[in-house]
Amino acid sequence: MKKYIDQGKNDTRSGFGAGLTELGRTNPNVVALCADLVGSLKMQDFIDENPERFFQVGIAEANMMGIAAGLTIGGKIPFTGTFANFSTGRVYDQIRQSIAYSDKNVKICASHAGITLGEDGATHQILEDLGLMKMLPGMTVINPCDYNQTKAATIAIAEHQGPVYLRFGRPKVANFTPVDQKFEIGKALMLNEGTDVTIVATGHLVWQALIAAENLEKEGISAEVINIHTIKPLDGEAVLKSVKKTGCIVTAEEHNYLGGLGESIAGFLATTHPTPQEFVATKDTFGESGTPEQLMDKYGLNNKAIEKAVLSVLKRK
Amino acid sequence: MPKLQELQDLTVQVRRDILRMVHKVNSGHPGGSLGCTEFFVALYNEIMELKDGFDMDGKDEDLFFLSNGHISPVFYSVLARKGYFPIEELNTFRLIDSRLQGHPTTHEGLPGVRIASGSLGQGLSVALGAAQAKKLNNDPKLVYTLHGDGELQEGQNWEAIMYAAGKKVDNLIATVDYNGQQIDGSTDDVLPMGDLKKKFEAFGWDVLEIQEGNNLEAIINGMKEAKERTGKGKPVCVLLHTIMGHGVDFMMYTHAWHGKAPNDEQLETALAQNPETAGDY
Repeated sequence: MKKYIDQGKNDTRSGFGAGLTELGRTNPNVVALCADLVGSLKMQDFIDENPERFFQVGIAEANMMGIAAGLTIGGKIPFTGTFANFSTGRVYDQIRQSIAYSDKNVKICASHAGITLGEDGATHQILEDLGLMKMLPGMTVINPCDYNQTKAATIAIAEHQGPVYLRFGRPKVANFTPVDQKFEIGKALMLNEGTDVTIVATGHLVWQALIAAENLEKEGISAEVINIHTIKPLDGEAVLKSVKKTGCIVTAEEHNYLGGLGESIAGFLATTHPTPQEFVATKDTFGESGTPEQLMDKYGLNNKAIEKAVLSVLKRK
Repeated sequence: MPKLQELQDLTVQVRRDILRMVHKVNSGHPGGSLGCTEFFVALYNEIMELKDGFDMDGKDEDLFFLSNGHISPVFYSVLARKGYFPIEELNTFRLIDSRLQGHPTTHEGLPGVRIASGSLGQGLSVALGAAQAKKLNNDPKLVYTLHGDGELQEGQNWEAIMYAAGKKVDNLIATVDYNGQQIDGSTDDVLPMGDLKKKFEAFGWDVLEIQEGNNLEAIINGMKEAKERTGKGKPVCVLLHTIMGHGVDFMMYTHAWHGKAPNDEQLETALAQNPETAGDY
């Protein structure tokens, strides 16, 4: 199995901050907005270097989404920053009408996504955001897996014309993708070739999938691991090619099984190549307070849950 | 003002357009449209500084955002008669495959429209972004908006009103269609909003009132005064006192025609009160 090295734990939100800082230096049209969470979103470096291109809107996310839509009229490329919960559910209609339906080039950048936000509890742990965003026509939905990939994704979406939802997280996690890896929107990445089962993972679950594949190898199970960072548009071809070889699939994501990556893949495979599938995802539940590791364990979102799902899907081949 | 009679004639023609559009599809919102006819005619023909043609960015020209998108008939008629798209296209209002959707949208590429509106309370935020983009671009032109008074019940407005003053967005003139009516009745009956002038002033805006919101000359003078007040560190609010349904006697002073089209007989009566001027589409 291909070996991946953790280059040093880091948070994906810092990858976003670093990407935004770089964009500030390279793209004069990029502007940033924040709803009173500059520190959490790691936006300070961009602000220090480009104070005139930063808009602090205060605790008023609906207004922020509208202002971002307006800034595009005049050629700006606005990046909004707040927690994933306040970037989606709280402002769904503003995004729907003023951004998505109005075809505005806004980049909705959402931190503290999923259950690994941890101790703050369920009010802040959104597990429905991917579903909300992928249902909007024209919306691109991206969930990178580590610091390097988040930085690369942040830079890449500035070049994409149209609304984007970029989702990242709070905890420090393994940083293992190559620092110079090009980010191609909508293109899945093959992390490990295998023959018995396909594991498709997104976000924080990608590293867990690699650990699972390593453990499974010791038991004589050859797992193919694919990183899908773009939930929409979905790289169906990559999934199809893999399941035609392995005959079964496990999807893994830090999100409700309703509305997430697994659901998108199930829908795609149902109409192209029906395949036994298991979902590693939360099961239609809210989260709770706890450490990220405790929550990942309790809600079945780690390598152990993936290994269990693999054993179960293999029986259904 | 030599153009005044010409604009007056255009106002009557726009009223005819509104009535004929909503009658044809037996749907749409004539009340607010008729009440704001003079405002739209004045804004597009006497107040705003516009380039020829249309591009989304609208650099080096004034911009307008309609927040209360349901009064699309008056918006469409004035845009068409200003030359943004063919007048005949008014025939397609609310029909399948039309660019003239029930509520305005950019989605079908209709020239003159820069944001979708209909779900209320979002237009001021968008206008603030556009106004701030103008400042970043060193573009001295202004951003105009229109809002229903009932629409101010939406909370997002007050986020935007607070922001506009706090961030000194002084290249913006927000006009409130102050007709005192909304779908379920008078605004005082549905949800009393108190003294809007004092509220805007308390939030840090410069507020002026146009008492005769259906008098072209009063609107032009008032809006010119509003323009004078821009660039002085405060956003400018115009409280435009209008009569819903203005120009059609049986539609005036009531909320009944907010979202109801006239029948054949009512249309005939209404059109007789507004004889053809520039020519029907």
